[in-house]
Amino acid sequence: MDSVDQYVARADALYHDVSYRSVAEWKTRTGKKAAGHLPVYAPREIIDAAGMLPVAMHGAGDQVEIIRGDAYFQSYICQLPRSTIELAMSGRLDDIDAFLFPSTCDVIRNLSGMWKMLFPKKFVRYLDLPQNFDRKVAGRFWAGELRHLYADLCALNGTTPSDDALRLSLARFSANRRAVASLMALRASEPWRAPAAEAYLIIRAGDVMPVEEHTAFIEGYLAAAQGADRPMRDYTRVVVTGAFCEQPPLELIRTLERAGCYLVWDDFTVGARFLEGDVSLAGDPIEALAQAFLNQSVKNACVYEPDGKKGEWLVNTVRDTRADGVVFAAPSFCDPALLEQPMLVTALERAGIPHTSFKYAENLGQFQVIREQAGTFSDGLRLWSNA
Amino acid sequence: MSTEQSAAVKEPSMLQQKEMIAEHFRELSRTGETKKKVVYTFVPGNLTELLLAFDVLPVHPEINALQSAMRQKAGAYIGEAERIGHSEDVCTYVKCDIGMKRLGNVGPTGEVLPKPDLLLLSYTGCFTFMKWFELLRQEYDCPVVMLHTPYQGDGEITPTMTQYMVEQIRQQVIPALEKLTGKSFDEERLRELMRLSARAEDDMVAVLESAKHKPSPIDAYFGGVYYIGPMFTAFRGTQGAVDYYAQLRRECNQRIAAGEGPITPEGTSPKERFRLIVEGPPNWTHFREFWKMFHDEGAVVVASTYTKVGGTYDLGFRHDPTNPLESLAQYCMGCYTNRNLPQRLDMIVKYADEYSADGLLINSVKSCNSFSAGQLMLLREFERRTGKPGGFIETDLVDARYFSAANVKNRIESYLQMIVQKRTAGAASVDLAAAASLVRSLPVINQGGAA
Repeated sequence: MDSVDQYVARADALYHDVSYRSVAEWKTRTGKKAAGHLPVYAPREIIDAAGMLPVAMHGAGDQVEIIRGDAYFQSYICQLPRSTIELAMSGRLDDIDAFLFPSTCDVIRNLSGMWKMLFPKKFVRYLDLPQNFDRKVAGRFWAGELRHLYADLCALNGTTPSDDALRLSLARFSANRRAVASLMALRASEPWRAPAAEAYLIIRAGDVMPVEEHTAFIEGYLAAAQGADRPMRDYTRVVVTGAFCEQPPLELIRTLERAGCYLVWDDFTVGARFLEGDVSLAGDPIEALAQAFLNQSVKNACVYEPDGKKGEWLVNTVRDTRADGVVFAAPSFCDPALLEQPMLVTALERAGIPHTSFKYAENLGQFQVIREQAGTFSDGLRLWSNA
Repeated sequence: MSTEQSAAVKEPSMLQQKEMIAEHFRELSRTGETKKKVVYTFVPGNLTELLLAFDVLPVHPEINALQSAMRQKAGAYIGEAERIGHSEDVCTYVKCDIGMKRLGNVGPTGEVLPKPDLLLLSYTGCFTFMKWFELLRQEYDCPVVMLHTPYQGDGEITPTMTQYMVEQIRQQVIPALEKLTGKSFDEERLRELMRLSARAEDDMVAVLESAKHKPSPIDAYFGGVYYIGPMFTAFRGTQGAVDYYAQLRRECNQRIAAGEGPITPEGTSPKERFRLIVEGPPNWTHFREFWKMFHDEGAVVVASTYTKVGGTYDLGFRHDPTNPLESLAQYCMGCYTNRNLPQRLDMIVKYADEYSADGLLINSVKSCNSFSAGQLMLLREFERRTGKPGGFIETDLVDARYFSAANVKNRIESYLQMIVQKRTAGAASVDLAAAASLVRSLPVINQGGAA
């Protein structure tokens, strides 16, 4: 068994590989194609079943200087599309053969059109996730979209569509979600054993790893982390939300923990666990995946909440993870997160749950202010919450 | 979409529209007595005919927001929304609406707007709409019915998309309206309303296309936002809208016959010096000042994309009473911001040719990523495909803090100078080409030989 450090070192190398060399190596090894998708949710099972490597693209973080990307967007547009364009224009995405743009927000939606114009030889698909959650009406629509996507990706990759291949992929991703859930559960119960930045890297490794390899990778890390001797600190337990698309810099995650916060739940990598539980292997696998989106997806600002119980999930998450408070961490100019935030705040205040908020960009370089703010929040909760 | 400021010439159509809007708001203020139900919905992808078939009164929050801006109330409303925790980064229409509600919900005519009995979330071409009505649901604690309009990501409307829309309308929207009003759906009544819509749409398209004349009898952006008012809001499908557009068309024809330009708040436009296409919504806080910057330079907008957010009728769509629900679905999916970027570019390039435009000016608004994300690429591609110059200005919808008059004016003036230089350079190159041609046609004298 590898040590925790070895797992983290490998995940860290993949995280910093913004040229996607591991994808190129996989393609050389297998002779197959790769399909990238932007945050938050994409049906990776479909990509996998088409014999392609699903690649979750989260921009370039703070690792690439943005030159060309800035020429495409006004100052009031978030950072993620700039760095994504930068990666593409600098040739770093050349090994990605297909690009999927989920309906996360209007910026990602419009980026799909820009991609069509910029890279006319690449396969580009906008994924219009159903915002109507009626099982029958939306189920038929979404299943139709998934079928269309599956047929097109199979054609691109030179594979034959098959229900068996789809079922195998559904099973692989269900297993992966179980592994991710175990890691999240460890963080909620014993966060000192799997520090936030470390767990984050382990999950992010799945951005580029074949799914079955990633599942084994998480399981290996979990075993190593549970056996590691790490001290429990007197930290405040917080839930972090709002960071589901453009990712915070790794250093920001470390900063929050250094400021005295155990991140017992976060939505940084929510795309990897957007469906809760296993997807049924009975019946038509496309129908099963479509219904899983309608019935088993998490609450997230990028999708509509038909039941009107806005924020109930957050209150429940705070209770389930025994968190002391909530940190709203949203990227600047992020419509979904920032429009959602006042509604979540209302729910928290009704439940008497303390909260604080800040904004960031993926290439933020200064963390002192956030550290002070998080530290003050943490101290306040620990020292004064019972007063 | 009227302004209180205008002291200029009032044509009959303007008075007609003003009265239509006033009557609508009077009706809204009387719902306590009339017991009419009120449905809040959005302009793009609105189902006005269906709502009118149930005798409910539509309210469009984005219209309230822009009206508030024109009445200089938006600043206080946005401030109130930010005070209660709404981010400075997000759409100011939303904050203006939330702030207005929190400060008494007084509408543009000074009367309190009724609360919604239902929120019809016509989710078309704008992500923020979804969050907006989630916020309003929390504010009003009232039911919401979602109509998810699939985006034309691949530049087409597929049968799956249409089926999805029709099923939502038939199985969810109509039952919600039946439950709200206690009335059964009357398809024949819907057909009749759609017949009236199509008549008005014909006239509206004729008005918009009148800008192909030189000089253009209309301004298709600043004037255009008035012209689309009845069509895009509560009046499509009414006899009032049919009459309004027939009158408007007559007035345009009269101006064409007289060789006159658009009527503006400053009077009839001076000589038309520039013919522009404008992409993006206008700024509403300084609407008249903004318009005047164009007026003073003799710049007339001959085509705009904003006037297509509530339907792309100029591309041929008409409400079709023979297939009412399919037609409503097609209408929603065809709205401008529900089209992908290559489609939007194609439209603008087509306008440049058909309207003999000098160039494209983009008014990029901070509030609206649906419009704004990708506009710099539109600009570049427009220039590449047409060889005509593009200009770029930045303002906001209803937040005056993002309207810098001096900057905007400078940018517009610089852009117009660029057009002049391009014309001059073009004329010079034409002259040079003619001279070269003349030289080539002259007999050769002393070729190659020394005297």
